[in-house]
Amino acid sequence: MTPLQSAPQWFATAPAIVLALTGLALLLIDTIDPDSTNNGLLAGTATLGALAAGGIAGWFLIGGTGMESTGGAISLYGDALVVDGMSLFFTLIFTSVAAMVSVASYDYLADQQYQGEFYALVLFAATGMTLMGMSNSLATVFVSLELASLPSYALVAFLKKDRGSIEAGLKYFLIGALSSAVFAFGISLVFAVTGSLVLPEIAATLAEGTELVGVLGLGVLMIAGGFAFKTASVPFHFWAPEAYEGAPAPVSAFLSSASKAAGFAVAFRVFTVAFPLETVTEIGGGSVDWSLLFAVLAVVTMTLGNFAAATQNNVKRMLAYSSIGHAGYALIGLAAITTDGGAANGDVLGASMAHLFVYGFMNTGAFLFIAMVEKWGLGRTFEDYNGIASKAPIAASAMTVFMFSLAGLPPFGGFFSKYALFESAIGSGFWWLAAVGAVNSALSLFYYSRVVKAMWIEEPSKPLEIGSQPVGLYVAIVFAAVGTVLLLPGFQPVIETAQTVAAALF
Amino acid sequence: MIIEALIAVTFLAALVTFVLPDRYAGKAAFALSLAPVVGSLYMWQQYDASGNALLGGNIAFETDIAWLQLGQYDIHWMVGVDGISMPLVVLTTVLTTLAIVSAWTPISERQSQFFGLMLLMEANLLGVFTALDFFVWFIFWEAVLLPMYFLIGVWGGPRRKYAAIKFFVYTNIASLVMFIGFISLVFGLGDSISSFRLPEIAQALQAGQLGSFAGLSAGALASVAFVAMFFGFAVKVPVAPLHTWLPDAHVEAPTPVSVMLAGVLLKMGTYALLRFNFTMLPETARAFALPIALLAVASVIYGALLALAQQDLKRIVAYSSVSSMGYVILGLIAYTTYGVGGATFQMVAHGLISGLMFMAVGVIYNTTHTRMVSDMSGIADRMPVTAGIFVAGAFGYMGLPLMAGFAAEFFIFKGAFESTVMEAMPLFTGAAMFGIVIVAGYLLFAMQRTLFGPFRFDGDYDITEAPFHDVAPLAVLLLLTIVLGVSPDIFFTMIQDAVNPILELGGAF
Repeated sequence: MTPLQSAPQWFATAPAIVLALTGLALLLIDTIDPDSTNNGLLAGTATLGALAAGGIAGWFLIGGTGMESTGGAISLYGDALVVDGMSLFFTLIFTSVAAMVSVASYDYLADQQYQGEFYALVLFAATGMTLMGMSNSLATVFVSLELASLPSYALVAFLKKDRGSIEAGLKYFLIGALSSAVFAFGISLVFAVTGSLVLPEIAATLAEGTELVGVLGLGVLMIAGGFAFKTASVPFHFWAPEAYEGAPAPVSAFLSSASKAAGFAVAFRVFTVAFPLETVTEIGGGSVDWSLLFAVLAVVTMTLGNFAAATQNNVKRMLAYSSIGHAGYALIGLAAITTDGGAANGDVLGASMAHLFVYGFMNTGAFLFIAMVEKWGLGRTFEDYNGIASKAPIAASAMTVFMFSLAGLPPFGGFFSKYALFESAIGSGFWWLAAVGAVNSALSLFYYSRVVKAMWIEEPSKPLEIGSQPVGLYVAIVFAAVGTVLLLPGFQPVIETAQTVAAALF
Repeated sequence: MIIEALIAVTFLAALVTFVLPDRYAGKAAFALSLAPVVGSLYMWQQYDASGNALLGGNIAFETDIAWLQLGQYDIHWMVGVDGISMPLVVLTTVLTTLAIVSAWTPISERQSQFFGLMLLMEANLLGVFTALDFFVWFIFWEAVLLPMYFLIGVWGGPRRKYAAIKFFVYTNIASLVMFIGFISLVFGLGDSISSFRLPEIAQALQAGQLGSFAGLSAGALASVAFVAMFFGFAVKVPVAPLHTWLPDAHVEAPTPVSVMLAGVLLKMGTYALLRFNFTMLPETARAFALPIALLAVASVIYGALLALAQQDLKRIVAYSSVSSMGYVILGLIAYTTYGVGGATFQMVAHGLISGLMFMAVGVIYNTTHTRMVSDMSGIADRMPVTAGIFVAGAFGYMGLPLMAGFAAEFFIFKGAFESTVMEAMPLFTGAAMFGIVIVAGYLLFAMQRTLFGPFRFDGDYDITEAPFHDVAPLAVLLLLTIVLGVSPDIFFTMIQDAVNPILELGGAF
């Protein structure tokens, strides 16, 4: 089963095209009768579009499109875009998160005015993320990153009568604009050194050596800064708690799962393809050696994220900081790459991708549960969560699954994805990174279990009223929980695919 | 596939119970839990294993399917039973059903969640006792903790939050230490193994394939791994001085949960000690014989003395578990067929008798709403059946002949006296036997003051005989205790057959 053998090559970008067309269709539906809103139709269209795009990506992935078994990556538009296993794998993450968020938004948006715009923005952002995963040139990286970011700014500020939402949107936008500028400047410096924007060409030029080591180093550093912003890694993390807290909770879910994964998708590709470690360590006596940079970033990010999460009293902020911590785990994928790694490089990068995949389910689910609690109007602190399980046992069970899975406890998907990550880091010789990760992971149980304790064990301080039973949110949350549980027995295809497609980058 | 079916049916029963309305949950959970009982009895009847599962024996109902690959190692879905795990599987299913019945009276709120979690725990326990791949086993092992955490934390007594958190933290840290210990052993084996299947690992270790890892020589690595694993399991058993979570958990937990905790969960620790420490690293175990025997005797004597000092009936039974599990450790370190076999037999016997005792205390508590020895006297006048079973259970605990406790303790002491692991073993055995005297002391003392004498009760409740469904599980447990005591061969031949290969490689034969 090899799709696309006779179809034109551009058909390989079908997931992105489907997402973009669905976004346009949503705007069209909304234009037919601008004054009325048909929330069900809009949410349904958005969900179906995301699922269709995900289905196509999955079909391509199973069929081996763009992978070594069918003749290698499909390169399009003068190498500006490339469709390979990795881009399809990440597309699967983006589309599944987008589908869950679309379903969940059905209830969350019920009283909002601009519904069509909301779903369209989600799908346009997802399109941008999908293109980020495919970008093979710094120019397309930049353009697709902006395509993903601009709708996100609007989504964060979507509750335009809510001061928190506006403030969060503004902060996110200002810091985003700043890091875009830094990123663009980094690109220009790299272009100045190599005379090219296409990733493999940059690597080829660098392999011949260069005099401008300082300029190149600065450029690489600035590009890394751009990614650190997108992935909410230290030191460009401080927008994340504000934005995630102020944004509508489904948007927080979307940003902290899909947008973060998109940042990693492009970071993985740019650093392994354009600046291969064995090439950059040859230049200027190893002064552009970025693996140490990412190792430090990984340790600092996971530790800071975890400790900050442990001190929060607001569940949404706690999740925001824990999402920073998880960015630290995912950074191990870049940090543990070595020049003589061989297959171990693919293993660790693949383990990082598999963790992002599992994270897409468990973290989205957790934020959607918060959306449900917001919908019920219960508040945001740990105390406000007291006793929820006695009123809504199914949703609370799902949240329990997310919390323990995020902590990496065995019966859930997060256990294997963390184990695979740490084990492959040890396999690359970075046992200290794995040790820091394992200790952090053990500490994280403290604050995750606080949520569980509040929901199940504590008595509510004030009478608990749970009025509505939001169907869409329930569907999305239960779907995410089932996914998180099933990813334990079903981890084999995920990790196998991730490691195979990651190995193709080296 | 019968093991998979057993676990799957129990999981489904848990899900069904969880979503049922509260008023049907208890009865439905009981009816559904009969399926695993029947299944496990059918397994027992069809049982055809021989030898030890880890040491090349013939495994019953074995499934071995490659599941996933992490790094250089495969994880297999490997389950099966041998003579050590088969009795524990039957114990788990039977005791869960009885515990569910005993929960009908005391559990009055959020019943569907309670019974759902009980069945979920049963499913995971069945997984622990049948899994033969380290990862599969570890997933079930940790999965047992989660329902337990909620069962104590939601339905427990006044200090339930403290007890639940303490239980969760202690056992989780213990699991982490154990996990690191075992994984370092696996890494030390290097390329000589290709999977986490326990038989493969055990046989590679016997073949002397252990190499150095992380700067530790093979011998040092074995010692470090042994100590890490022993610590992890000893917390669960619990061995004094790591037992402090147990009285809190027991006292705060509702009766049916205490039954599961004492009856089955503690056995996870000794079962794992036998499977991992004493089967995989016999030489290291013999080298550590002295400290282990010391810990065993300390648990026996210290646990019994603590029980003697308690005023709360439930605390008395709880501390006596520390004491009884000390005998298991003593039997294990003896490394004789009667010692290790008796220890395994004691796991089942103690499961039945401690379950019986906790349930009896629970029935008295349901009626009197107090467990304090000083609050009551002469309860036997008003609750003759319950009191009679309580007394019979206590005699079983003390080791009255023709009851399961006697057989188990007799095997252990016989095995410990025959032991050659070290010179001083008879001395330790003698000291441990003194524990029986203290057990008899505190149990007779407690019974004499609460059950007998003139009737007196400091409270406002009517003291009448408990309803049939409260007493019935007690009677069933008493019957099983007597059957197992009269005819220990029901399990003991099976256990011996699985234990002997361990002793052959331990060089103790």
